Amino acid sequence: MLQVGLTHFLIVSTALFSLGIYGVVTRKNAVMVLMGIELMLNSANINFIAFARYGNFGNGGQLVALFVIVLAAAEAAIALAIVLNIYKTFTNVNVDEIDNLKE
Amino acid sequence: MNIYDLIFYLFAIITLVSAVFVVTSKNIVHSAFNLLFTFFGVAGIYALLGADFIAVVQLLVYVGGILILLLFGVMLTNKITNVDLRTGTIHIVPAAIGVGMLWGALSAIAYKTNWIKIDSPIPNSTAPFLGRMLITDYVLVFELLGILLLIALIGAASIARREKE
Repeated sequence: MLQVGLTHFLIVSTALFSLGIYGVVTRKNAVMVLMGIELMLNSANINFIAFARYGNFGNGGQLVALFVIVLAAAEAAIALAIVLNIYKTFTNVNVDEIDNLKE
Repeated sequence: MNIYDLIFYLFAIITLVSAVFVVTSKNIVHSAFNLLFTFFGVAGIYALLGADFIAVVQLLVYVGGILILLLFGVMLTNKITNVDLRTGTIHIVPAAIGVGMLWGALSAIAYKTNWIKIDSPIPNSTAPFLGRMLITDYVLVFELLGILLLIALIGAASIARREKE
């Protein structure tokens, strides 16, 4: 059990994923919700790379992790542009107060 | 317990403790700076798993790019001069119970499942392999990601710069 193996990495990844979900559901600020999503993407990446190392699939998982990082960068850029626009319209970014699609 | 295990536990503790601070800290700037340590810890875990290139990309893209972008988002969407950067939380108790149950279930699955493990040796460098795969087997995905990044760049610029008429 003390020898670090696949299970250890998977448990770290599940803990990170749960913390990400906790951040997404409890925080009001939209930027904090984004941080929770980043945590969840990171935990998924740990899974991909752990299975690339310990699974029988070759090293393709590392490539998928690279694609996930690219998508995370694109997502963060778009999401922050939307958040800035919301801030210009409503002067706050609390996701529980923004319930109009149009001002 | 050898040095590999010690380093793993060190990085795992850094990652998880700073992630807890990210989701619980009242001050949003503290959250952003704790996210820095989370990303560093995750990069260390990647390096331990033999993914050296991904670890470097993690540092470059997440710490150098996404974190800075998030900090810009924080700075631009909070009135720093007159209102503090505190941010509210809602539904803490039901969220903690639900997430705790989810984590219990997920980690039980990860622990109980009899994974077929092949302890492949850690390669010296994964960058040549990844580069070769990117221009052979995954070339379509590679090109599509390039187009996606271009679209995201244009879209982000046009959304953020839209002026009120």
